[in-house]
Amino acid sequence: MKCVKLDLEAGPAARRHCAEPPSEEGASMPLRSRWQDAAIEDEIPEGASVLDLGCGRGELLARLARTKRARCQGVELDAEAAFECVERGVPVLQADLDEGLGGFPDRSFDFVVLEETLQTVRRPMRVLDEMLRVGRRGIVSFPNFGFWRVRFGLALTGRMPVTEKLPYQWYDSPNIHLFTLQDFTDWAARAAVRIVRGRVLADGVLRELRAEDNLHAEEVLLVLERETSPPGEAAGPRG
Amino acid sequence: MGFSTARELGRTALKETALAPNGPDSPGSVGWTEAKTVRLATADRPLELELGGRLGPVDVEYETYGELAPDGWNAVLVAHALSGDAHVAGWDRNAEKTGRLWRLKKPGWWDPMVGPGKPLDTRRFFVICANFLGSCYGTTGPSSIDPSTGRRYGLRFPMVTVGDWVRLQALLLDHLRIGRLYAVVGGSLGGQQVIEWALAYPDRVERCAVLAASPRLSAQGLAFNAVGRFCIMNDPYFAGGDYYYRHAPAAGLAAARMLAHITYLSDKGMHERFGRRRRNGVSPDARDLTDRFGVEFEVESYLDHQGRSFVERFDANSYLYITRAMDYYDAAARWGGGDLAEACSRVRSRVMIVAFDSDWLYPPEQCRELALALTRNGKPVTYVRVPSRYGHDAFLVETEDVGRLLASFLRR
Repeated sequence: MKCVKLDLEAGPAARRHCAEPPSEEGASMPLRSRWQDAAIEDEIPEGASVLDLGCGRGELLARLARTKRARCQGVELDAEAAFECVERGVPVLQADLDEGLGGFPDRSFDFVVLEETLQTVRRPMRVLDEMLRVGRRGIVSFPNFGFWRVRFGLALTGRMPVTEKLPYQWYDSPNIHLFTLQDFTDWAARAAVRIVRGRVLADGVLRELRAEDNLHAEEVLLVLERETSPPGEAAGPRG
Repeated sequence: MGFSTARELGRTALKETALAPNGPDSPGSVGWTEAKTVRLATADRPLELELGGRLGPVDVEYETYGELAPDGWNAVLVAHALSGDAHVAGWDRNAEKTGRLWRLKKPGWWDPMVGPGKPLDTRRFFVICANFLGSCYGTTGPSSIDPSTGRRYGLRFPMVTVGDWVRLQALLLDHLRIGRLYAVVGGSLGGQQVIEWALAYPDRVERCAVLAASPRLSAQGLAFNAVGRFCIMNDPYFAGGDYYYRHAPAAGLAAARMLAHITYLSDKGMHERFGRRRRNGVSPDARDLTDRFGVEFEVESYLDHQGRSFVERFDANSYLYITRAMDYYDAAARWGGGDLAEACSRVRSRVMIVAFDSDWLYPPEQCRELALALTRNGKPVTYVRVPSRYGHDAFLVETEDVGRLLASFLRR
């Protein structure tokens, strides 16, 4: 089996998972009750294998192990978050991916998940390449900086936008690579990566990806795979 | 030490013990313990050793805590480290009788982990620990009598390995009628036994928790052991290992232990604990010239104490044999022709590896190699690096973090 060094740079991603904005009044809500978790669950067939890069406290993997009997592996930098993975019974490899992570074999997982992590890594292209090497499919979710409210925020105030989904100031934001849905689909077309399915959060509603979503989508979740045939048919949204 | 002194010491210690927060009557304690001994090989049916040779008789001293479930599901084996023994938890009822007087003042070496309601919960698990071959706490070792000569073995004792220890533990389980272990847990050299368990008996253990241990010792680790043995073997009283009926090579053994203790701590940990603090017992212009070089700094005093107390409870030949077994252990060579990933293809257990930030005897990067060898085989693995300043000792000292991880890992 070919074993290439997986040198992802999702270190800050892991930190990000644990540095989520403090929720109001001590938070009686679950720690990570994202719509993405449910959307990812929809994509995972029974008994699949899932690698979650920047898995945080392991909520998603614990859920997939429970509902889909998935074979799970998490990767997380933060020690406290890794401890909580152990408490949830989620296998977790505590690693600073910036220091390089030894080999996960090619196509050794059915799915590799990058949930709200891509925009926080130092070298996103390498992360994506590795994701699609190790996994048969990749699932990536990210905030869309092309969302109209973000655009108007910047245009009207002249300051970097701070929204509910992007609650950080420029100096403490873990989001170091800001990109739009359009930027991403441009890359996918160039890199011969097919978007198998897309789902977005727009106007507070979760729905399938549409052509004009670069403007309407606040958050995006895409299922990706490498083109086996030459690129060309990858249909990206416009907006 | 005379018998009457021992008894006096015993009485005083017992009074203190009863009042201690971890005393035998405290709710989390396993209470008073009694070791058992079983003969697992005889002169007629000797134990075949990994590096060749046979040994018999072989006696094994072990302790157990909790009750074995009727179907035997709940057995947890604890593997002890270099200077450890079978007395993991609780208070040794026979400490006086056996002359193990240091046990009068403190409970077993991993008492915070083992007991009712503790991470290795004895209300739930049947916990077993056996003293390993070549040690000096009840299991056959170089200080045992060689029946063929009527004298103690000394260096005539055969070379033993981590593989031999684990096989002997498996024989003990046979004796106890335990087919499959719920878990094997150990730190340091004990952690290497856990690795060996995962590889040698993949179907006999469900969970393996490896603390502060890597699949083999680094060159630096080998070097530390070499210096330790050099100290012992060059002690004027060593006498080729036949010192039992004379003066023991105490200075050499103490020096070996002092060096080892440096490797168990970290630079930062030492600085915080001792700094450059002095005791002011020594004056640089002392009239007695040797006084100039007595114990002056706090850190010297600590090492001096560790060295002295160790020689009272440990056999120098055992130290030679055990460090050698530690040197030789190489999981990849033994099970994968040098390829750790190949070796790990055997593993069927769930594995948790816990490393400690400041450990320079088994550094995190080396502990992680085992985790990566498992991921290369597509096997789920947990690898956690505990933040700690305590160096290698952290696996014993960081009881809160280690306890939390072990309790979680054993829960499901």
